[in-house]
Amino acid sequence: MSEMMIGLYVFVLATLAGKEVISKVPPTLHTPLMSGANAISGIAVVGALVVAGQANTPVVKWLGAAGIAMATVNVVGGFMVTDRMLRMFRKD
Amino acid sequence: MNTAVIAHLALLASAFLFVSGIKQLSSPATARAGNARASLAMLVAVVVTLLENQVLNWPSVAGAVLLGALAGGFLARTIRMTAMPQLVAVFNGLGGGASAAVAGAEFMRLGGGAVAVGDGATIVLGTLIGAVTLSGSFVAFGKLQGIVTGAAVTYPLQKTANAVLFAGILVAGAALAAGDPNPQMYVALAGAALVLGVLLVLPIGGADMPVVVSLLNSYSGLAAAATGFVLGNMILIIAGALVGASGLILTQLMCKAMNRSLANVAFGAFGAAADTATRVEAGRRPVRDVDAEQAAMVLAYAGSVVVVPGYGLAVAQAQHELKKVCDLLDERGVTVRFGIHPVAGRMPGHMNVLLAESDVPYDRLLDLDEVNPEFDGTDVVLVVGANDVVNPAARDPQSAIAGMPILDVDRARTVIVMKRSLSAGFAGIDNDLFYRENTMMFFGDARQAMSDLAREVREA
Repeated sequence: MSEMMIGLYVFVLATLAGKEVISKVPPTLHTPLMSGANAISGIAVVGALVVAGQANTPVVKWLGAAGIAMATVNVVGGFMVTDRMLRMFRKD
Repeated sequence: MNTAVIAHLALLASAFLFVSGIKQLSSPATARAGNARASLAMLVAVVVTLLENQVLNWPSVAGAVLLGALAGGFLARTIRMTAMPQLVAVFNGLGGGASAAVAGAEFMRLGGGAVAVGDGATIVLGTLIGAVTLSGSFVAFGKLQGIVTGAAVTYPLQKTANAVLFAGILVAGAALAAGDPNPQMYVALAGAALVLGVLLVLPIGGADMPVVVSLLNSYSGLAAAATGFVLGNMILIIAGALVGASGLILTQLMCKAMNRSLANVAFGAFGAAADTATRVEAGRRPVRDVDAEQAAMVLAYAGSVVVVPGYGLAVAQAQHELKKVCDLLDERGVTVRFGIHPVAGRMPGHMNVLLAESDVPYDRLLDLDEVNPEFDGTDVVLVVGANDVVNPAARDPQSAIAGMPILDVDRARTVIVMKRSLSAGFAGIDNDLFYRENTMMFFGDARQAMSDLAREVREA
């Protein structure tokens, strides 16, 4: 089985798992959910690290570095701001 | 065990931490731990990747990480909670941009020789989704921030222009996917995708932004998943799929709350300037208006109060004054709770965050389904800066907003509506609620009116 087919299986199953856990998040937490999910989409940083590490030309190197910088804003900012919001939620 | 197996097991643990972290977000009590768990998952994925790959140019990698971390940390610490939708839009855009950059770098790296068909297709997909997310998010940011007009921008031949652009993207995308290693063609594709992102978001009105931000959130995940396919990296595919699913669920919820289809939001140009011409001339019928003292009396001697906050509350920055009023009522033994419509803010759950910031406990915030059965037994409803979401016309099949889920505030004994004027809401239709016998209109800027109300409740 090709790597792409395995990837497709993984993608579909991960989507279903995601749908299952996310649909249980109550409306009151939808903004933190979104900013947290946003931070997770910064996983692109992993891809950027891989391509930047293998860079064979300056263009590739700079694209990789740009990818790392953008994704890191996403990851660090996303998790921090989500935590800042969740700290404010308190019970009576 | 060799190191490759260990690395895979570590990434599997990271995937588990991502999913279980999101699961912990299902309760405010565990949500903070869930967020921490997801960030741990990210750390594991990054560390494994760094150890697995020979990083040849450390200075540029370290510099980029430092730059990104400083910028992200600064934004996260300083952003005002009212501006959260803008921040999420920017972060979405950067996530999409990062994915597009990865796809582009991979194309350029392979560019010397012929690109394999499968690789070409995933690179095209990653570039397209990533670039549309990047530019679309920044237009959404501009609209939310008020830099770009919040109105739905329409112009002649709009759909034709989009269709031509889209056709061009398809042709170039197909050629690249089939293995054409032409870098000019690739740059043209990325450029066209950036333009498409702008053109897709421009015609969408400001009040539809909750849908747009949710959808772009989904795209940023899908873009990451696409780069996972490009690089054959499973953790990218898994995390990307999770975000894609999350954004899609929120998009559906927002569409349902606004009683619109996604196609209607995307192409309906709702809230275009032309719509104002059809707006109902409001304020011809008599209303019962009250001042702060009268409103305070009604509230202070009620047994139960439900506050319905709308975006107008956040615009006026009146949530802290509102909290003061609620505390005073609390001290008098009045039960105060909040009824929150899904589109009360500019993104899903936005109002809940604003109220949490003002120190309102989350167990007092009721969502649409929880609060609607409660209105029958409620003495007073205080509507602040909300309009369409409490318009009983939604129950009339003839109305423009027929079928939209609303808060049934008119079922309460008394309704006090705090509002600047009688003007129509976003849907452009008059609100019958304002003219009903059990409704009192309390006109004024929400912040000033709320602090007047606090003073009067204290004296009541």
